[in-house]
Amino acid sequence: MLQVINLTKIYEGGTKALDRVTFEVPDGQFLAVIGLSGSGKSTLLRCINRLVEPTEGQILWNGEDITAATPEEMLRIRRRFGMVFQHFNLVHRSSVLTNVLAGRLGYVNPAWSLLNRFPRQDVEKAMQQLERVGIADKADQRADELSGGQQQRVGIARALMQDPEMILADEPVASLDPVLAHSIMKHLEEINQQDGVTVLCSLHFLDIVHRYADRVIALNEGQLVFEGLPTEIDDQKFKDIYGREAERVG
Amino acid sequence: MKTKRALIWKSLRTGLLTVLVLLIFAYGFQITKVNLTELRSEQRQESLTRVIRTLARPDLFAFPQEELAATAPVFLPCPGTQALAALPAPDTSGPYMLITPACADPKGSVQVEGFNFYPNAAGPLRFVPGSDSANPVTLGNDVVSTDAQGHFLAAFVLPDRPSEDVQYVRAIIRRNVGLPQLSETAYSTWDKIVETVFLALLATVIGTALAIPLSFMAARNLMVSVRSPLASISLSLLGWPAGIVIGFLVARWVGALGQPLASSLLANFAAVVVAPLGAWQAMRWALPPEELTPPGKGTRLARSLVMALAALLALFALFQLAALAMSLGSRLEDILTSFGFLGGFLFQLGEIVRLITPVLAALAAGGLLSSKLAQLGQRFSERASAPWVKAFNLLVATAAGATVMGLLGLMIDLLYQVGVPSFTLWIPMAVGAVGGLVLAAMVKPKDTLPNGLIIYSITRTILNGTRSIEALVMAIVFVIAVGIGPFAGVLALGLHTIVSLAKLYSEQVESILPGPLEAVEATGANRLQTIIYAVVPQIVPPYISYTMYRWDINVRMSTIIGFVGGGGIGFLLQQNINLLNYRAAAAQMLAIAVVVAAMDYISSYLRQRVV
Repeated sequence: MLQVINLTKIYEGGTKALDRVTFEVPDGQFLAVIGLSGSGKSTLLRCINRLVEPTEGQILWNGEDITAATPEEMLRIRRRFGMVFQHFNLVHRSSVLTNVLAGRLGYVNPAWSLLNRFPRQDVEKAMQQLERVGIADKADQRADELSGGQQQRVGIARALMQDPEMILADEPVASLDPVLAHSIMKHLEEINQQDGVTVLCSLHFLDIVHRYADRVIALNEGQLVFEGLPTEIDDQKFKDIYGREAERVG
Repeated sequence: MKTKRALIWKSLRTGLLTVLVLLIFAYGFQITKVNLTELRSEQRQESLTRVIRTLARPDLFAFPQEELAATAPVFLPCPGTQALAALPAPDTSGPYMLITPACADPKGSVQVEGFNFYPNAAGPLRFVPGSDSANPVTLGNDVVSTDAQGHFLAAFVLPDRPSEDVQYVRAIIRRNVGLPQLSETAYSTWDKIVETVFLALLATVIGTALAIPLSFMAARNLMVSVRSPLASISLSLLGWPAGIVIGFLVARWVGALGQPLASSLLANFAAVVVAPLGAWQAMRWALPPEELTPPGKGTRLARSLVMALAALLALFALFQLAALAMSLGSRLEDILTSFGFLGGFLFQLGEIVRLITPVLAALAAGGLLSSKLAQLGQRFSERASAPWVKAFNLLVATAAGATVMGLLGLMIDLLYQVGVPSFTLWIPMAVGAVGGLVLAAMVKPKDTLPNGLIIYSITRTILNGTRSIEALVMAIVFVIAVGIGPFAGVLALGLHTIVSLAKLYSEQVESILPGPLEAVEATGANRLQTIIYAVVPQIVPPYISYTMYRWDINVRMSTIIGFVGGGGIGFLLQQNINLLNYRAAAAQMLAIAVVVAAMDYISSYLRQRVV
């Protein structure tokens, strides 16, 4: 179970990205995080694996305090959290396979990484993950030769290589067209339901939220303004989350 | 009204600006001594045309020549008629000469007529003294040319060399035969241009290899997030000098240990095969590829010991390899005759390995000890309670400050030979100790300091400072260090390449996409892994293209590095310019132009292919 308690992040320069955010995610839940751009969704997800250092508050994973972990312990915690990004964040010039294998870096001995060597079972595992997301035939291509949807699948395969207990997905479908968006979301759903991996996914479109999420939290200017089931977002709640002028589409 | 005033104001400003620009240029003309009347002088124009014409005929080809020679006797001053009559009549079957009159006073004028030479050819005419026939004297403007019948007629003033014996005038008429062949200059130019290209190549390779690690240290985006507690920084500062000393001593010990083996070729060879295998196996055992749980203390200790053993074995293998390369190289040099340079190369490689291994071992040991101690410091700072950390900080920061300042003092003493230890050692150490103490007192025990940013600033400063010294100036220093020749040029260009490439590279590292970095970091990869998997793939294309560009620059630089004795074609070029041998200089300039242009094409082609 993930517990976020009074999490606050103030960036240098005084921007308050998160303001005493508190919530819990039970194991195996698909939690959607919604809110306007700049409402703190990305910061929240990055605080959980401490890519962004929280200013205050606590994050507990199965009772273990992530915010108090030393840098060394942090590496071992991070490898349990897969992360999927809006812009895929693949290394363009590396092959698809290498990109997927990179998900294993938290496990392999750093000395062998110097020589760019992975154990054979990792390479096999990488091929299995690529098969799972349906692009095993692209393994040897350069990552930037793939289309957007395919790149995001590589991103998911990379996250799966970590044997994750939780996946943090930062607007995974925001730069994809609706058809691709659904296929990517289905992969995440499958991982969530079959493997029992907890998913924290920030999303823009409410129809996707309705279709895939078990529960929703909403942020507005760093504050938690809603927490509940997707169906509970009525027009009033919608305006609370997205502001007075916002209009519902779709 | 307002617009009109603004207009006047504007034109006034333009006018003032124009006057200012004119003034600046006028002053510039005076400073740079622009003088076109000089150009109009007839004498200058004449020499200019002559030089340009010479430059336009680079000394690349020469015809093989054949020659006909004839000598004719002459007396100066005139002897009795008997001696004159005793002169034999010329042999008219071949080329011959008549001198009229056959005798004259010293400095008198005679007419020389030659027959049966090559038609339409030319050659020198010389006076051969009877007493010293090995040293002929050039006559007049020294060249006679024949007409279509192979006949020439010329009047000459004889030199002031009176003698009672018969003396001679000799004409040599030469003509070109066959096809033109590469001249002597062309061969020496080829020799030197090859030297130039390889000089540039070596400098670029050395420079690139060392610039890459430096460029990471000079990249702000990689360094800014590196922060460590004071204890960790202090311990790592202490670890460097201690590790360097230990590594150096150990390397020397291992080197001496292997000495007896090196004397026998077979034992040497066996050692070169066995030692690396042992080191590899030990490393395989000590570095398991993947671990799900952190190992216990006992396992860690055992692994460290085995790794140390592997390092010793590797060191031993390197020394043995060096010895093997050297002994094989010197043997091959004799056996391979014309390919002996391969043996020489092997020998030199062995020598390089032998020289570099202790340095590498020292640096590696320094880095290792420093990073291990830094880790210890980090752990201690994280786990111990604040007062303990504070006390520890005070202790190690004092020691580190004293050590660093003491070493700096020693370096100053080395450079300036102050020779007063209290000034160069004790006072700096005291200052450093106090500085460390004050810093430790001010820093909160659990706080981290931006040591990455400090390393970044220091690296940048050194890079910028060194880069501002031209390679030509560096070459002067290296010529003193290793003697005149291309090796000095390699070192000078190599050093300049390191610092300028490191700067260019680091700017590329700063401009990489942060996304992949973030993604790899999110997988739990450590800093080294992040660099290898997220940074390196992104910087390969710009690195290649900058390296090519630098090779280009190095080829151009290596053409002039010879001016100060750094080897390459510049030496030849400067010599020929100084000797006013413009045709040879033109050949060298042409060679430079061809090589630089060719380099440009090759590098742009390669860039297209690789990037």
